Amino acid sequence: MNGVLLQGTAEGERLRLAGTGAWVAENARSLEAQVNAATWRDAAIKRVVIDMGQVDRLDTFGAWLLERLTRSFSARGCETAVTGLKEDFHALMDEVHGVPPERVPGQRRGNSLIDSIASIGESIAAVGGSLGAFVNMLGALIVAFARVLTHPRRFRFTSMVHQLDNVGWRAVPIILLITFLIGAIIAQQGIFHFRKFGADIYVVDMVGILVLREIGVLIVTIMVAGRSGSAYTAELGSMKMREEIDALQTMGFDPTEVLILPRVVALIIGVPILTFLGSMAALYGGGLVCWFYGGISPDIFLQRLKEAIDLSTFEVGMIKAPFMAMVIGVVACVEGMAVKGSSESLGLQTTASVVESIFLVIVLDGFFAIFFASIGM
Amino acid sequence: MAKGNGSRETVIEVRGLAVGFGEHVVLDQIDLDVYRGEILGFVGGSGAGKSVLMRTIIGLLHKRAGTIKVFGVDLAAASDAARHAVERRWGVLFQQGALFSSLTVRENLQFPIREYLKLSQQLLDELSVAKLEMVGLDASALDKFPSELSGGMTKRVALARALALDPEIVFLDEPTSGLDPIGAGDFDALIATLQRTLGLTVFMVTHDLDSLHTVCDRIAVLVDGKVIAAGTMDTMLASTHPWLRAYFHGTRSRAGHLEAMNV
Repeated sequence: MNGVLLQGTAEGERLRLAGTGAWVAENARSLEAQVNAATWRDAAIKRVVIDMGQVDRLDTFGAWLLERLTRSFSARGCETAVTGLKEDFHALMDEVHGVPPERVPGQRRGNSLIDSIASIGESIAAVGGSLGAFVNMLGALIVAFARVLTHPRRFRFTSMVHQLDNVGWRAVPIILLITFLIGAIIAQQGIFHFRKFGADIYVVDMVGILVLREIGVLIVTIMVAGRSGSAYTAELGSMKMREEIDALQTMGFDPTEVLILPRVVALIIGVPILTFLGSMAALYGGGLVCWFYGGISPDIFLQRLKEAIDLSTFEVGMIKAPFMAMVIGVVACVEGMAVKGSSESLGLQTTASVVESIFLVIVLDGFFAIFFASIGM
Repeated sequence: MAKGNGSRETVIEVRGLAVGFGEHVVLDQIDLDVYRGEILGFVGGSGAGKSVLMRTIIGLLHKRAGTIKVFGVDLAAASDAARHAVERRWGVLFQQGALFSSLTVRENLQFPIREYLKLSQQLLDELSVAKLEMVGLDASALDKFPSELSGGMTKRVALARALALDPEIVFLDEPTSGLDPIGAGDFDALIATLQRTLGLTVFMVTHDLDSLHTVCDRIAVLVDGKVIAAGTMDTMLASTHPWLRAYFHGTRSRAGHLEAMNV
């Protein structure tokens, strides 16, 4: 498809260039090289004539390259003329001729060292910004909650139930399965290692305390952050992109009250229930493994469990659940509202939502551990 | 300008086309010809299936029966390579612009060129500016994201992207919807200019009576899943079909205004 598209013959200070063939997109690559080669002729040339008589096809790619050729000769002070251009191509050349002569801007490239330092600064500022947004959202939620408390009829009960169905009821099977497996794995590992000391029976203590205090609530909240937090962010983000949230605002609704409060309340109700179910499934899984793998019969398991744990072990896990649910809900909504116009930003904010909420849930768990230790629970 | 007649080269040939979703038949027994170098305005009531026909021709929807030939190639029977070669020769302007929201205007314009041709970055940048100038924008828009553009600018950038590879046919889905009358008039003039300079064939789905009057060479009318008429504006105005009379002689039409003034 390539071949000679532009030929030149120099006579003293005169240069004759003759174009041939199809000056179209498919040939643009070789044409550009030939145009560049023609431009780098010796400086003695004062007059250039470009004969386009043999060019049978011309599109914007070819037209622009012809324009570039004449401009670069004109810029060197040569007299430039184009001859023999077919009638059909005049309008296109006029169009291309109108492109302003100033240098076409290239993509801006900064200093890479400065850029990388700047990006560190930007991400630190972004952490501060998201902390501010978190506190802001928490405040807006509390205000909306207070408003709803004084006017209970304003609460979007239907919306809350719908969200509860999504984040609670529909999550039950997967939560039960995952926690069941985790409980079973903990018990298996415990039996395997404790057996070396002849301390098999303490597996029950380990499973009971670990599951009820820590693992149950952590696994459930991490699952919920991945499953429902991401969904909240994506829902709110796409509503933001399509200006639905602006529409709500102009109709006199408070988006926090209409969209965010029901979602966060649904999580605060749903997560403790899921935590309870998940803990029970984990104990069940642990118990089954103790029975079949460790030879600890269900009677002995239950008796040992009663001695190992008391109500406070269970309470510690359950108290944490609603707080973690609130963190997940608020982070998901903050990130959802931070979505800008592009689909890329929707993806970024959804990722940020899941990563941040899992991180914060674990940090919060650490603070609770210190708190419960100091009050002796 | 030359009006449609049988002797001109047919670039799109639709015969006996039927399209439906489930029980619902949207298009039935559609016959339509589009000739090289013309601007065809395609009209019909809202929900009549104008966009469905356009999307079927460009291969986004499946047909139930009939044939569609573009440049003489039957798209359903063609090999992948032949179909890609045809796709390379058309450009589509979607109703909402369909610019890639995570790419800048520059990247949007260069994306199709980059995929098909290996050109230097300098030439790509120069061509982006040239294309933007052609659609009436300037280089300052290059590094903006689609979400930062106004409605009219979005349409123009989308048109520039549709024209990126210098296609022979452009499909325009309601190009002037959502623009103010001045902006819509400018856009019509732009399409007419580009059609002349680039020798384009334009398939335009539209509701805009002014566009039909000012830029379209021929008009095809879709009513109840069938093309009931195709011809020049004069043919449309002279027709006695009740739907055509309501459409072209209604109070919102230019002909309607003229008739009202004459009374």
